[in-house]
Amino acid sequence: MVDKTLELFDCGHRGCGGCGPALAARLILKAAGTNTIVVSSTGCLEVFSTPYPETAWKVPWIHSLFENAAAVASGIEAALKKQGRSEKVVIIAGDGATFDIGMLCISGAFERGHDFTYICYDNEAYMNTGIQRSSATPLDASTTTSPAGRCSTGNRRPKKDMPAILAAHGAPYVATTSIAYPNDLMQKVERAVETKGPCYVQVHAPCPTGWGYEGDRTMIVGKLAVETGLFVLFEQTDGTVTKVKKVMRKPVEEYLKVQKRFAHLFKPERKEAEIAKIQAIADRNAEKFGIDIKLKKPMEKPEG
Amino acid sequence: MLRFIEGSSAVSDAVRMCRPDVVSAYPITPQTHIVENLAEMVANCTLDAEYITVESEFSALSACLGAVAAGSRAYSATTSQGLALMFEVCFNLAGMRLPMVMTIANRAMSAPLSIWNDQQDSISLRDSGWLQFYAEDNQEAADLHYLAYRVSEDQRVLLPAMVCFDGFILSHTYEPVDMPTQEEVDAYLPKFTPCQRLDAKDPISFGMFANQDYYMEFRYAIDQAMQQAKERIRDYGREFRDRFGRDYSALVEGYRLEDAETALVAMGSLCGTAKDAIDEMREAGRKVGLLKIRTYRPFPSEEIAAALRSAKRVAVLDKNISLGSKGAVGLEVKDVLYGSDIPVHDYIVGLGGRDMRKKDIERIVTLAEKGEGDLFYGLREGVA
Repeated sequence: MVDKTLELFDCGHRGCGGCGPALAARLILKAAGTNTIVVSSTGCLEVFSTPYPETAWKVPWIHSLFENAAAVASGIEAALKKQGRSEKVVIIAGDGATFDIGMLCISGAFERGHDFTYICYDNEAYMNTGIQRSSATPLDASTTTSPAGRCSTGNRRPKKDMPAILAAHGAPYVATTSIAYPNDLMQKVERAVETKGPCYVQVHAPCPTGWGYEGDRTMIVGKLAVETGLFVLFEQTDGTVTKVKKVMRKPVEEYLKVQKRFAHLFKPERKEAEIAKIQAIADRNAEKFGIDIKLKKPMEKPEG
Repeated sequence: MLRFIEGSSAVSDAVRMCRPDVVSAYPITPQTHIVENLAEMVANCTLDAEYITVESEFSALSACLGAVAAGSRAYSATTSQGLALMFEVCFNLAGMRLPMVMTIANRAMSAPLSIWNDQQDSISLRDSGWLQFYAEDNQEAADLHYLAYRVSEDQRVLLPAMVCFDGFILSHTYEPVDMPTQEEVDAYLPKFTPCQRLDAKDPISFGMFANQDYYMEFRYAIDQAMQQAKERIRDYGREFRDRFGRDYSALVEGYRLEDAETALVAMGSLCGTAKDAIDEMREAGRKVGLLKIRTYRPFPSEEIAAALRSAKRVAVLDKNISLGSKGAVGLEVKDVLYGSDIPVHDYIVGLGGRDMRKKDIERIVTLAEKGEGDLFYGLREGVA
């Protein structure tokens, strides 16, 4: 059982107000517990939590490089096995480290079947270096390397389907969750940590600085991503989707218009074609995962 | 026990007796026989280790990094392109003060692609904070592993170590090698007991970032540890001599240097060829000697200065080239002899496996006597 009073990610770190990844780290550790070794990749979370000589981590923690967290975790897991120790190995890495630069190490580690949990805090761009696009950046988001402009509507590609890639590696447990759903997050992390073998959890973690909204709106923005069907919360065990968060789906516009990174879709004029493309992504998600709550058919009108 | 074995077998057997807990490596010629042998030992339970078959050298060393941080003894082996792929991890491991040993079967760097020997690969990592030993023969190659773990894991050092031996020339050559027993190695090399490790009972943070107010002190501490390593190599080298009869306590080794007018300087298997050439030249009345650098990092400046002080000239044989400058060893020997009036001539030799024979050594001595140096030796005419 998750001990929700447990605080293993300390206050006093340098995260921005309303930082999604900071909340992710705090919730992850509540679920993972004290018998955990955390491996971090280079990135926002690593930098704001460990400026020498201070650390926010109250569990053993290691950071080596940007792209090798999965390989470092492999070595730790092998060492623990050899020593007969019981600690769980949990990787907490950003989307750039996971979707892009760390792909080689991740693929190798998942194929080898190490017993660890890989958690990606997904804030959908390279935030630490100044909001550059990654392959986790959604379609049309304006970032510093995919800026909207006179002849650009922002990021040209849809988000890479990382959970499917790791499921294809035979991962016994793959899940997506969001900091806006803390109980869901903690349950899934607990499940992943308890499951033997390489497990993957992708945590949607909104970033006020990178996405362009006020820090007190992180939970609202996170919820809207799920409620519009743009980020689906699901759980997959041994390749089969076993649980999906169902929603009364809202139009994607409600999510897009509260973030500066999508502001160009509405100003100076509405870009209907682009908004329609993003709505189509949400519709496909809804169909693929069956997230729509179906209301009972309204009473048929009596004849005459 | 004296055994007639391949260099790679001598190394893998030595590694087995060092009892690594975690072995992680990726196949690359000419390192392969070492890691194949170790895999076979694990498969046959003659080595009790976790063997991680990684997807790249980058992950091989990263996995070792994790294993050492968790408190286990780790081992890897690589060469050339593989070592280049490890570049980032090499600096990181040393910076985090994680001790381990990695064998380098020295090989040329691409391009052009070449699987043959020179020392460009490990020399290019000279600034990474790893101790570097260069073996002259397979006896040294095997022995240096016991010494390397001992020095690397010493609390006053805590730096990783590369044992470098020339690819093919040593790795694939059969020589008689005196292999100690497991009990003898156990008596020399104690179990790895790290002062800090990843442990839920005592949580610490490894690999934090340091700003302008701390970074330099960390780098200074590594450099100080390098200086410490010199004394530890001497200490543990003496202990090794007392137990096994072979002496590695000196960081450099002189051969017929006492009255030498021309002093050659070399590293690795070339030293054996040079010694034979020197014997022949001596018989012909030429006063030639050799200074072998066995420990290249930390760089034994004092020993080199002392060994070369009475030479009339120095000829450095560099199996590497700092492109746009000179041979790496030559540059440092010049630095050591700065202020003396001893001329140092540098010769770039044996790149990409170009054979170096006794007659080549003799020709280089002649060039040095004529004051001709700082050149690529033995280039094909009409090609370059």
